[in-house]
Amino acid sequence: MEEKEEKIVVKNLYKIFGKNPEKAIKALNEGKTKEQILSEQKQVVGVQDASFTVYKKEIFVLMGLSGSGKSTLQRLINRLHEPTSGEIIIDGKDITKLNKKELREFRRNHFCGMVFQNFAILPHRTVLGNVEFGLELQGVEKEKRREKAMKVIQQVGLKGNEDSYPDQLSGGMQQRVGLARGLTVDADIMIMDEAFSALDPLIRTQMQDELLELQNKLQKTILFVTHDLDEAFRLGDRIAIMKDGRIIQIGTAEEIVSKPANDYVKAFVENMDRASVLTAGSIMQPVKENAFPGDGPRTILRKIRKNGLTGILLIDTKRQLKGYIRATELAEYINKNKEKEKIPFDDSLIRDITSVNKDMPLNEVFNIYDEHKYGPIAVEDENNRVVGVIVKGSIIAALSESAEGINNNQ
Amino acid sequence: MFPFRIPIRDWISSAVDFLVSEFGAVFDGFSAFVYFLVDNLKDGMMALHPVILIVLIAALTWYMAGWKNSIFAVIGLLITENIGLWQAFVETLSLVLTAEILVMIVGLPIGIYAAKSDRFNSIIRPILDFMQTMPAFVYLIPAVMFFGLGLVPGVVATFVFALPPLIRLTNLGIRQVPKELIEAADAFGATEMQKLMKVQIPVAKVTIMAGVNQSIMLGLSMVVIAAMIGAGGLGEDVLRGIQRLQVGQGFEAGLVVVILAIILDRITAGFGQRKSPAGR
Ligand SMILES: Nc1ncnc2c1ncn2[C@@H]1O[C@H](COP(=O)(O)OP(=O)(O)OP(=O)(O)O)[C@@H](O)[C@H]1O
Ligand SMILES: [Mg+2]
Repeated sequence: MEEKEEKIVVKNLYKIFGKNPEKAIKALNEGKTKEQILSEQKQVVGVQDASFTVYKKEIFVLMGLSGSGKSTLQRLINRLHEPTSGEIIIDGKDITKLNKKELREFRRNHFCGMVFQNFAILPHRTVLGNVEFGLELQGVEKEKRREKAMKVIQQVGLKGNEDSYPDQLSGGMQQRVGLARGLTVDADIMIMDEAFSALDPLIRTQMQDELLELQNKLQKTILFVTHDLDEAFRLGDRIAIMKDGRIIQIGTAEEIVSKPANDYVKAFVENMDRASVLTAGSIMQPVKENAFPGDGPRTILRKIRKNGLTGILLIDTKRQLKGYIRATELAEYINKNKEKEKIPFDDSLIRDITSVNKDMPLNEVFNIYDEHKYGPIAVEDENNRVVGVIVKGSIIAALSESAEGINNNQ
Repeated sequence: MFPFRIPIRDWISSAVDFLVSEFGAVFDGFSAFVYFLVDNLKDGMMALHPVILIVLIAALTWYMAGWKNSIFAVIGLLITENIGLWQAFVETLSLVLTAEILVMIVGLPIGIYAAKSDRFNSIIRPILDFMQTMPAFVYLIPAVMFFGLGLVPGVVATFVFALPPLIRLTNLGIRQVPKELIEAADAFGATEMQKLMKVQIPVAKVTIMAGVNQSIMLGLSMVVIAAMIGAGGLGEDVLRGIQRLQVGQGFEAGLVVVILAIILDRITAGFGQRKSPAGR
């Protein structure tokens, strides 16, 4: 597992919109809900007790229904909203303590501005004028910022449009301007609020792909807000699901689908096609016991019987898969060759089985399984070390659960 | 009905007396400044041959509002020259422009501040309402009290009358700038000044220019009234026509006021809609 570096650490963050925030926080601590506080105190709970970490170079998605506090939480992180209480530590610095001037400086150096649902690009400026905006604010000289802006314009596929005005561009193109404006400045946190929600579905998917591609190259830390679960799962390395200003679950798409934290999340993800979200890794079972190449035939048979298996994986000490031994064939071999202390390393006894990477989507695993004759499928990590097995039963269980989800929804 | 009379007139008189005696130097300075503006504008324009000024105005109209309006301007101005009202036209134009310069100097900052501060906005709103519902003649009174008779009080009365729409529309325009545009600028670390100059004013430009346009039109409507306190120009010719029952003469001067109004309207209306070629 590669080492993850902390980029944004949020601790116990609250945002109350109202005249007496302490009172609202006190009520929250006493177990009052957002609704109660709204009706009793006329104060709005924007975000309550949010704690999470965003790692460098990941796309972290905030997901939730309208009014769940996604935008508010996002705007707390660049302090467009002042936090009521809590800490926001970015690159080791608590930004809630910065004064106005320091904050301005911090934003210039750490944030790629913001990308909005309605694009929010300047109507009186050309594409180029918009894209160089951030650098212009920093006082970068004209030559330099033009050069940088043109480079990014090329990257996002706006070349040839640099002298157009926003009202001459389609929605998708306008959002590319919004994206380019952010990418032009030398900063690494990108904040995107429903950035693709105003685009029609085809353009939207296309923009998602382009964002992923750009992210591959540019490796920013992206904080992406959406109310669309499909989008969240497509883009997010990790996803935080919000409700009533509270984060109720953080995890990868698989974690959220396979282990929803509560019924709310469960209801949320029921819409999803599980087969396309779950991976081999999420449904595999651990290898209880395996045979080693040095084991004698009788030892292996004992291991198989003890675990009630029909066969066993042969794995070397470096966890590399060497094959599969079936119980029936092994018993026969022992009967015929009573004196042998070693098993033969040829295909008379040791069978090939299929192995898959743990990130393979479940629907692909299912297709492979169709052609698979016997035994389990071995699941390997990126270094080809065996990390688990999938048996036919578990695939079917996972897929039928998904069918149930879909049926319940109709 | 009452055994006494509320002494409003005494209060006002003594207040004005107090102001004039205490701040006489300020009024004198202001007066000199206004006079300097009007006089130089007028002399500058009179120094040009009418044909040159006509060409300049026509060119500006063409640039801002297209060739049709430009042709109208040329014909209108030639008529003005032909009927002998050229000097009066230039005087009125200088007065209106000077008043408008003052309106912008005062109105823009007030409008911007009103957009930034709800408190300030709620204070000035009733004042603006009051100013706009007041009959235009009433503005003559303080103007005369502080500045006597002549051109300067004419400019001042015009200025006061024309001020509210610019403040209102500047305030409105800046408040209407989409919230996300401001957030975007903030997120990039813009200073207040950068936000104002690079986002708010440019985005609000159309609305602000509508304010300039409206206040120029209101200023022109003060032309005749200002002439009553000796501001001169076309208004004086209209007044003379009324007083001497010379209908034709009065009509001619009125016609030129209308020509001037149309030209200024087209120019300022066009200005709001233009995109600057530099894209900023
Ligand atoms: N400036 C504000 N003043 C008062 N209440 C606010 C303000 N901004 C947001 N809220 C409230 O805070 C809560 C969270 O709003 P937020 O905009 O963060 O939701 P969201 O999840 O982004 O929803 P949407 O999908 O509609 O954008 C809502 O109840 C909203 O009414
Ligand atoms: Mg939102």
